[in-house]
Amino acid sequence: MTDFTLPEIDYAAIGPLVVLFGAACLGVLVEALVPRRLRHPLQLGLALVAVVVAFILVVRLAGLGLVTAGGSVTIDGPALFMQGTLMVFGFVALLVIGDRAVDRQGAFVAQPAIAVGSEADRRQLEAPGSTEVFPLTLFSLGGMALFVSASDLLTMFIALEVLSLPLYLMCALARRRRLLSQEAAVKYFLLGAYASSFFLFGVALIYGFAGTVDFAGIHDAIAASMMDRLLVVAGLALVVMGLLFKAAAAPFHVWTPDVYQGAPTPVVAFMAAATKVAAFGALLRVLYVAFERITWDWQPVLGVIAVLTMMLGAILAVTQTDIKRLLAYSWIANAGYVLVAFVAPGQVGTAATMFYLVAYGFAVLGAFAIVTLVRDADGGETPHLSRWAGLGRQSPVVAGVFTLVMLALAGIPLTAGFTAKFAVFSAALSAGHVWLVIAGVLSSLIIAFPYLRVVVMMWLSEPGESTATLEVPGSLTAAALAVAAIATVALGVVPGPLLDLVSEAAIFVR
Amino acid sequence: MSGFPYLSVLTVAPAVGAAVVALLPRSRPLLARRVALGWSLGVFVLLLATWAAFDPGGDRFQLRESYPWIPHWGVNFTFAVDGIALVMVALIALLVPLVILASWHDAEKTGVKRSVPAFFALILALQATMIGVFVAADVFLFYVFFEVMLVPMYFLIGSYGGARRQYAAVKFFIYALVGGLFMLAAVVGLWVLGGNTLDWETLQGAEFTTTAGRWMFLGFFLAFAIKAPFFPFHTWLPDAGGAAPAGVAVLLVGVLDKVATFGILRYLLPLFPEASQWFAPAALTLAVIGIIYAALLAVGQNDLKRLVAYTSIAHFGFIGVGIFVFTTQAGTGAVLYMFNHGLATGLLFLVVGMLVARRGSALISDFGGAGKMVPLLAGVLLFAGLASLSLPGLAPFISEFLVLVGAFTVNPAVAVIATLGIVLAAAYVLWMIQRTTQGPLNPRLTDVGAMKRDMSLREKVVVAPMVALIIFFGFYPAPLIEVINPAVEATLADVGATDPAPTVATTESQP
Repeated sequence: MTDFTLPEIDYAAIGPLVVLFGAACLGVLVEALVPRRLRHPLQLGLALVAVVVAFILVVRLAGLGLVTAGGSVTIDGPALFMQGTLMVFGFVALLVIGDRAVDRQGAFVAQPAIAVGSEADRRQLEAPGSTEVFPLTLFSLGGMALFVSASDLLTMFIALEVLSLPLYLMCALARRRRLLSQEAAVKYFLLGAYASSFFLFGVALIYGFAGTVDFAGIHDAIAASMMDRLLVVAGLALVVMGLLFKAAAAPFHVWTPDVYQGAPTPVVAFMAAATKVAAFGALLRVLYVAFERITWDWQPVLGVIAVLTMMLGAILAVTQTDIKRLLAYSWIANAGYVLVAFVAPGQVGTAATMFYLVAYGFAVLGAFAIVTLVRDADGGETPHLSRWAGLGRQSPVVAGVFTLVMLALAGIPLTAGFTAKFAVFSAALSAGHVWLVIAGVLSSLIIAFPYLRVVVMMWLSEPGESTATLEVPGSLTAAALAVAAIATVALGVVPGPLLDLVSEAAIFVR
Repeated sequence: MSGFPYLSVLTVAPAVGAAVVALLPRSRPLLARRVALGWSLGVFVLLLATWAAFDPGGDRFQLRESYPWIPHWGVNFTFAVDGIALVMVALIALLVPLVILASWHDAEKTGVKRSVPAFFALILALQATMIGVFVAADVFLFYVFFEVMLVPMYFLIGSYGGARRQYAAVKFFIYALVGGLFMLAAVVGLWVLGGNTLDWETLQGAEFTTTAGRWMFLGFFLAFAIKAPFFPFHTWLPDAGGAAPAGVAVLLVGVLDKVATFGILRYLLPLFPEASQWFAPAALTLAVIGIIYAALLAVGQNDLKRLVAYTSIAHFGFIGVGIFVFTTQAGTGAVLYMFNHGLATGLLFLVVGMLVARRGSALISDFGGAGKMVPLLAGVLLFAGLASLSLPGLAPFISEFLVLVGAFTVNPAVAVIATLGIVLAAAYVLWMIQRTTQGPLNPRLTDVGAMKRDMSLREKVVVAPMVALIIFFGFYPAPLIEVINPAVEATLADVGATDPAPTVATTESQP
């Protein structure tokens, strides 16, 4: 009988994860034990505090570089930076999720599948709104934080499931337009399950090649191997496919517009900002830590996918008439811009990617927060663009923030979008990939048009009879908007500190 | 080196003014107008001080300031002016107060009720970005101002413009953004190949391979050709100029578009000398086509504001010729033209705007014999028209003459074809004046009450300084030329172009 030794776990290093998962479990207990009317403030407070504590822990860990938990978790610069970013985005998204100023009972119901109009449904609608979404968000956030710091493929797969399963559920929780919401959830779940299984299949192939799923082990195996690399390249392709699905890169993007359109808008805000960070964080780690030695095999392919993604997202965004679908295609195009940075050598590419993710996340959070405010007469959201005509008159400040966000997405200087584009394009050009920069510029040109059209609708068009109402944001949403707007301007005007931070943090530990 | 940071203050002051005006209550439009006017006059005084601090015989770049901005990318807030930039900044500081005064009631006139403070705040914001783009001495900073400039202009056209304002504003923005993004690719290239810096003076010493230089030239050139605009990228200007309120159109055509020709002189020629020489024949061809083609289109126009926009495209053709023949006279003429065109076309736009505001229509066929009702206005229109067709004795003549003489010494064919443009200019200006103010009185005009009022005191105050300056610089351009000439010579030295002997490019032998 062999001795079984417990793996060494540096609990301080994984503190943020512990806090998040602990708070999520506590949230489940609250859901079970606390009366319904007290749950909303308690759950929201718990979630916000947990995220803040986790963020503080992340900051205190800065500078660390180690592998712990039996070699399954790496805490290094990129991991901590991504975790910190996730906490910030999670915090802002929780503000939007928790706001009940416009919808008195929140945007969610506990049992969306109950037949509409039935007795049970009426009881459900009269009761104070559901709060299951908060622990779900925390579980998902914890999964993302583990996802970006996983140091072997199996841990990464488990993190992928932990972050995805709550998201599937959250997509289905919409109080209004439930059918769309459930459709979105089912689509997301089915396609997500496929993606997960591709990932797992890839892991199996790689294990077959390297005899380990550990990133450092794979790296060594590639270095030592003299044999044909077909197995490892095929495995990598499948793993990357699974990750690109989460990142919504073409041709794995088709779920995005439907899910964005159907899912409750606050959840979409969370997904858009945080999932993207998680997906690209994991992709960076897999490619640069485990597969750095076959860079020549994957870089050209990623370049092609980047071009495809940028172009597809931009062109399809032009034809959209629904703001949520428009933002979904914009999300796809932006995934392409992030991929542009991947062709640059390790540290430069990683730094540019991380900067882009932060800049983009704030802009998209602001955009979706405002989508939650545009309501029609019966109180539902009205994402159709024709109904946004003349909204600028109703609330110049909120419309101004939306304009700022659109200009940032279009890459106008003095906004975060411009500095971010400059960062990724200069990284790609430093590596000599002129064609990627040209494709990026062309795609930016195309996608500027839909952004501009929204601005035109809001400011220059005359309000008509069908114009929706721009609600006054509640204090939580207002805070989220303020954070998004200030960050978008600050990263455009004084990007220096963050640029320094990302280039310091962009060193992986193997 | 001066102690006082003239250039940064000159850039920031209008931006602060814009914020102040924007915060004024909507219910007090008069206050907003007065504050905006006072502020822009303050900026003008500051400009006079800056002009006094600039030594025409001194270094090429003066009043240099530099503050770190994004150390990670080696980007700084670097401001410095050469003679060319100084002249353009002077034009801005001069035009903005006049435009504010001329647009006194414009914000309310559009069909829908629009905020008056916002209008003037946007104008001041535009002024800040326009000054910034000329005083920047860091390519990154230049690019930032170049793009940000679009935003206030977009809202000025889109919110306060005429009938097709939305279409025109979006077209303007998209065109400019297209150019801007190509320039971004070139800027990124410059940053990577120039050693991770975008400081102008460092880059000027950098060597690029022929291919890289030509590609980057093309990126910048596309942006500038769209902005200027040169044929065949010009179609946005008639729409934007036609839809914009008259005062805004003055800034659009008088200043904003000059950023392009300025950019060619400051960035294209010195940074990519080889590519400039290589592309010069193509650029000259575009410029010459522009002169003739736009003039022909102007002849056929029935819309006053669009007509002025087309004349402007033709004039930009002249400026393009002046730049790309690479002689000192032509270069000086081109820069002088940039200034004079701002005055002459600016005046023309303002007067046309006054006429259009009275008549409620911009169609030439809606006028006819207007001189009988508003004689003074018709007189100023004639004056502005004559300045625009470069009548000797008025400022634009000197610049056009210098361009043609300078072009003739090296490229007679271009000069000869361009001269045809002068003939066409006479045709479109005089025919336009004949159809609007001369001839039998259009009976429908008498029904329009506003046509019975000739120029008000405010309008006289607006046009008087411009008329005076056009006459003054028509006889005595030396103050401008002595500032411009050293900068142009330095620019041409960067390209490696020399004037053919015998050279006559001294101050004394001009006009």
